[in-house]
Amino acid sequence: MSAGPNGRPLHPLAIPADAAVDPRIGSHGPALLALEDGTVFAGISFGAAVASGGDIVVNTSQTGYQEVCTDPSYAGQVVVMTYPLIGNHGRVRDDDQSERPWLRGLVVGHATAAVLGRARQIVHLLRSSGVPAIAGLDTRALARHLRETGCQRAIITAPGHVDPEAAAAHARAVVRWEDQDFVGQVSARAAFEVGDRGPLIAVVDYGLKANIIRSLRTRGARVRVLPHTATAADVLGPEVAGVVLSPGPGDPARLDAPVALARAVIEDGRPLLGICLGHQIVARAAGAETRRLRFGHHGANHPVRDNGTGRVQVTAQNHEVTVVGDSFPAGSGFEVSQTNLNDGSVEGLRHRTKPIETVQYHPEGSPGPLDAVEVFDRFLERVRVAEGAR
Amino acid sequence: MTKPASVLIIGSGPVVIGQAAEFDYAGTQACRALREEGVRTILLNSNPATIMTDPGVADAVYLEPLTIASIERIIEVERPEGVLAGLGGQTALNLAMEAARAGVFERHGTRLLGTPIAAIEMAEDREAFRDLLDRIGQPYAPSVIVEGETDEERRRMADLALAEIGLPAVIRPAFTLGGTGGGIVDTEEAYRERVRAGLRLSPIGQVMIERCLVGWQEIEYEVMRDADDTCIAVCSMENVDPLGVHTGDSIVVAPVQTLPDPVHQRLRSAALAIIRALGVEGGCNVQFALSPDATEYAVIEVNPRVSRSSALASKATGYPIARVAAQIAIGRTLAEIPNAITKTTVAAFEPALDYVVVKLPRFPFDKFPTADRSLGSQMKATGEVMAIDRTFGAALNKALRGLEQAGAGFLAEDPAWGPTLEILSGGLHDGAADDHHEISGELLVGPDGLLTDDPSRAVASGRAALLRRFLTPSDSRLWRLIGLLRRGVPAAELQAITGISPWFVGEMERLVELERRLGEEGSDLTDGLLISAKRASFGDRDIATLTGLPVAAVAARRAAAGIRPGYAMVDTCAAEFAAETPYFYSTYAAAGSPPEAPPVRRPAALVIGSGPVRIGQGIEFDYCAVQAADALRREGWEAVMVNSNPETVSTDFDASSRLYFEPLDSESVLEVIAAETAPGDPPLPALVQFGGQTPLNLAAALTEAGVELPGLTMETIDLAEERTRFAALVDRLGIPQPAGGMATSLDEALVVAERVGYPVIVRPSFVIGGLAIDFCFGPADLERQLRAATVITEDRPVRIDAYLEGLEVDVDGICDGTEVLIPGLMEHVERAGVHSGDSVAVFPPRHLSAAEQSLIVDAITRFAIAIGVRGLVNAQFIVREDGVYLLEVNPRASRTVPFLSKVTGVPMVELATRVSLGATLAQLGWSGGLLPPPPVVAVKAPVFSTTKLRGVDPLLGPGMRSTGEVIGIHSDGDVALAKALLAASLRPPVPGVDGALALVTVADRDKEQLPDLAAALVRVGYRLAATAGTAAALRALGHAVREVAPLGEEGSGLTPILDLIASGEVGLVVNTPAPRSGPVRDAAAIRLTAVAEGILCLTSMETATAAARSLDPAIRDRVTEIRPIDAWVRRGA
Repeated sequence: MSAGPNGRPLHPLAIPADAAVDPRIGSHGPALLALEDGTVFAGISFGAAVASGGDIVVNTSQTGYQEVCTDPSYAGQVVVMTYPLIGNHGRVRDDDQSERPWLRGLVVGHATAAVLGRARQIVHLLRSSGVPAIAGLDTRALARHLRETGCQRAIITAPGHVDPEAAAAHARAVVRWEDQDFVGQVSARAAFEVGDRGPLIAVVDYGLKANIIRSLRTRGARVRVLPHTATAADVLGPEVAGVVLSPGPGDPARLDAPVALARAVIEDGRPLLGICLGHQIVARAAGAETRRLRFGHHGANHPVRDNGTGRVQVTAQNHEVTVVGDSFPAGSGFEVSQTNLNDGSVEGLRHRTKPIETVQYHPEGSPGPLDAVEVFDRFLERVRVAEGAR
Repeated sequence: MTKPASVLIIGSGPVVIGQAAEFDYAGTQACRALREEGVRTILLNSNPATIMTDPGVADAVYLEPLTIASIERIIEVERPEGVLAGLGGQTALNLAMEAARAGVFERHGTRLLGTPIAAIEMAEDREAFRDLLDRIGQPYAPSVIVEGETDEERRRMADLALAEIGLPAVIRPAFTLGGTGGGIVDTEEAYRERVRAGLRLSPIGQVMIERCLVGWQEIEYEVMRDADDTCIAVCSMENVDPLGVHTGDSIVVAPVQTLPDPVHQRLRSAALAIIRALGVEGGCNVQFALSPDATEYAVIEVNPRVSRSSALASKATGYPIARVAAQIAIGRTLAEIPNAITKTTVAAFEPALDYVVVKLPRFPFDKFPTADRSLGSQMKATGEVMAIDRTFGAALNKALRGLEQAGAGFLAEDPAWGPTLEILSGGLHDGAADDHHEISGELLVGPDGLLTDDPSRAVASGRAALLRRFLTPSDSRLWRLIGLLRRGVPAAELQAITGISPWFVGEMERLVELERRLGEEGSDLTDGLLISAKRASFGDRDIATLTGLPVAAVAARRAAAGIRPGYAMVDTCAAEFAAETPYFYSTYAAAGSPPEAPPVRRPAALVIGSGPVRIGQGIEFDYCAVQAADALRREGWEAVMVNSNPETVSTDFDASSRLYFEPLDSESVLEVIAAETAPGDPPLPALVQFGGQTPLNLAAALTEAGVELPGLTMETIDLAEERTRFAALVDRLGIPQPAGGMATSLDEALVVAERVGYPVIVRPSFVIGGLAIDFCFGPADLERQLRAATVITEDRPVRIDAYLEGLEVDVDGICDGTEVLIPGLMEHVERAGVHSGDSVAVFPPRHLSAAEQSLIVDAITRFAIAIGVRGLVNAQFIVREDGVYLLEVNPRASRTVPFLSKVTGVPMVELATRVSLGATLAQLGWSGGLLPPPPVVAVKAPVFSTTKLRGVDPLLGPGMRSTGEVIGIHSDGDVALAKALLAASLRPPVPGVDGALALVTVADRDKEQLPDLAAALVRVGYRLAATAGTAAALRALGHAVREVAPLGEEGSGLTPILDLIASGEVGLVVNTPAPRSGPVRDAAAIRLTAVAEGILCLTSMETATAAARSLDPAIRDRVTEIRPIDAWVRRGA
């Protein structure tokens, strides 16, 4: 028996495994999802047969579970998918966003099977990467609960470990998200280059997604990926025509070296694009503050208004931290160029004089809409202009 | 753009296949949105059964024919600053385009709002649209356009198109409703026939021949754009049926299920690129074909308006597309329009669903068993049902429960499929036997895809052909597929044959597996399996069938184990933001979760809707349900609505205090009542009078569960519906009724018929593929019909009534238990025997004496009081020289309630609701008796969808066949009648200077009415053609007649009748059936040919005479005299 808030049982019914997990992908029997506030949900374990925990976040994308599973920005987090059927089309190899899943656990309503071989099910990737997953709980009830409490730590127990007290204690023992260094885990170990033609773009990898490289490459750029430890000298090589600071996991407040790097790039004056974590790093480099949102933005339907044109675009988002719009020191040269229509948070920055733009959302989608891919067009246009001027 | 001060909204007119309740929903939302913006709304619609035409929805309502003349006249009088046509379906859009081309808007200085005319033209002109797609690099299926000035030119273009595209090909006539006239053809003969018909049906004489992308998936996006160029995709939808089946006839799932994100985003981006390029301002539907490996796609079509799909998308997501489209049309932007659901965010966002939505079409083939049941690009469904749950299987199962159709549950199998299913599955285990069948040529396939023994019917042979034909797209393909899965035919084989995405077939297979395990466990049913079955939305009834347990035992086990559904909210945002949307669905996946809302505050009542639109139960009942909810709320009650139809106003979350989207079966409704009943309270009472027969059929189960039914008891319902008790009560009250009786065998039937006297009307309680209700003219006829078409047993008796010819009268009243208010009587134009839903009806009566009227009023008053109904009551009478006979009484709202409410100004549903809650008519300021009629005449005319259903005979009879209705109002009864016939498309074409030909072939018994008809036709410029008998009668009357050869007598030198019909000379066919079997069949060929040729075919002398008279210039010229409804009703002439 599991217990909800106020000791109220959340799931009085012991759900048969095959009611929540397609027998074609197999499951490991009952397990629990426990939150640090003591709320416990019973479900069926179906990923790797281990316990694992982290901060729990809710993603509302209807498509793109594979991209979510392989997005390095989810490092250290337990991800709840509100769309109730996860696994329908299996795993399309080319759609992975990095070489492995980084999330700590996956929570779904129903784990479904694609009509494909075993190796091409998403669950196979989770199992081979040691990521536990749980199905069969009311993900909507969980999302509603988290909406009320804000973010929390959570644990998915190993199969058969169904003591709620122990599970909740385990959740409370998980190291806090903001106390962990994730960028160091997910970043490339060494620099490498992709492509042999076009302007060279230095991309600093804090948790890079494959579609960012692809978006630059399809626009005719050569890409040099650098590890997160790259120095200004590494990044601002003579051939480099522009710099991208990538998205990634964790709290930018911990990232002193990348912030220093961003300061050097701003100083240098070459075209700079910051995405998500990269955007937050640039903001901190400019002297602005960042703060944690109550429960982050994770989905594919966030409306963002361009403060110049008034036009609204639907964007993909995945972040816990936001830039505090009115915290820029006088004379920073930055202005808030885009705003979230739902909560008014900062979605983009532009430098008044330098070819610098940053966005909080993911113009590369993956998953999510590609309405804002023109961010890359604008960046490469600035690169070309700057090259012409050189 | 400045906000217009006043706007004319064009409605969609009568319900026809392809254009149903969704446009009442859209128009109602638009009117309300614009009024909230302070815009004066003026509405034109010819459909009296709509909510949008009710007082209080628009500022001025014109219940007038949808013609350019009406539009121009309204613009002259009302001076609207803008015209909104994008919410009234293809009808309104076509009308607006015509009006624009005719310079109407320019002439009066008004403008079309929303999507600009140029964009509509580009989207609908297939050539221009393809140029646009080329320009923005969007792919489409190769196609060729066929049009031309002359027959020769058109034929040449059709040949070229065939050579370029090849077969199979898709034929798409331009600008037709619901794809009328379109289809996939795979033979040259069919190609030529369909192109010819399509050219005639297309208002611009254009047909597109498109390469058939066989087996590709069909994916749809509902997208919106505002004048600031903000674009959003409200909803993605995946059709389970691959390309080739009209989306209105397809099983549709939202959101997309089987697409990886990059594929989905590619299509979504393409949809947005297209509406940007078109310049849409409002809502738009974009359809794509996607190759099975998802690497290629093609744009199929774009509808730059709200549609059936947008209504579905609105209900599936909670996003009010029509409302927002109306706001965009008057210049507001998505970024400033508030999200009506969360109230804290804006309309510029894309809903996130945390559930699965399945829509199933509802087909009319139970009414038209002889129709061609194959599905293609021509829509055939009359309605649809939607279900929401957390898995595809559960939502599908729930939708199946919501179809409310005999033999439509998950378990249903037509017994006629048995041998075919056995062979198709048996062959797998016993290959040798199968081979033997094929080698010896015994495996013959009939045209219905079933095994046949009759070589003359066979269209193919062999197992492969049998499987392919068995699974050809048809109304029953889903059940056939499930039947094969049930028998172990591998999913992969079925997937390959049907082209249905493997994932969907796989999920169906999981349901079949659950079904198998339920059967296996039987009465040893475990809680675990019961939980699995309920999470998959198997109804208790199905579980009972499979396990052999009584339904009550299944329910008891559920109760004992605490297995009850939870209710989750549809909130547009997957719980990301707090919302207070009163819109819920049940799911066992939320069993035990904290409720999202406590039960509604009392006093409160449940209003049960009417489910999917079907022939006989259309939007009139949605009107009544919405009105009842409204009345409750005005009384300070909370109104909880339960319904399963995504097209309707009643399933708008604004229409009630709380909406539950559920199948209308007793299990679902009782669970809603339980969820809305706080501990210690009595069960939520349920209003069952307003949703047609559907809620009334639930009355027994509700009563048994202790639910109070305000205004009704089971005793009341039983006295009206149980024929023996009804007849006894009518006798006891001394009211005349036609002789009749029940028969449980053929012999008994013959005895009853002999006693009451022929002709009789036969109403079987169970029908197998024959005529449902029909006349019998003698013992041989009765025997033939009963043997051919019906089952007659102890528990399936047949009702036999004397057929009384006379004037049929419909009456609706409101009874408070002691007196009955009768707003009006409606007199049918056709003699009795034509279903009341198919009759032209006139209010107030034109031929009833005061004495006859008072006999009717007295009879219905006494009967209603005797059965104890408090609320609405409807009855039908036959008035003859020898008396006034009571045919039938329904203690519920009837089809005519919205019509009568509007033309009498009596808020009938509101009064009925308040009376059912305990008020008396006197307390409400009314009293019993017949109200004096207003000084106008209002005529209701039926509208048929026969042209959309191949093989359906337009012959009127005792079984209903119309899908919608229109109204005609005028102070002059003849003009009112002419207006109604015009609006119903029952008016023959006005003959040109060369005149036109009317082909008249009537039965002997109708010949006494021939003089009136012939005179009327000739007076308005028709020449007459007829077969020998009718020709002789016409000559005797002094008319010139062109005689034609009847069927089977070709070669006599006279033009054969069917050739004449196909010649293009005929403008009207009048054909009335002879009361015998042979000629009836021949006459059917005449009528079917007329329908296929797009020629008006009338089968009742009365309608035909009225139609001919309506062309009289003195009447015809006055149909443009229009006024707002309240001006007609209040001031009259």
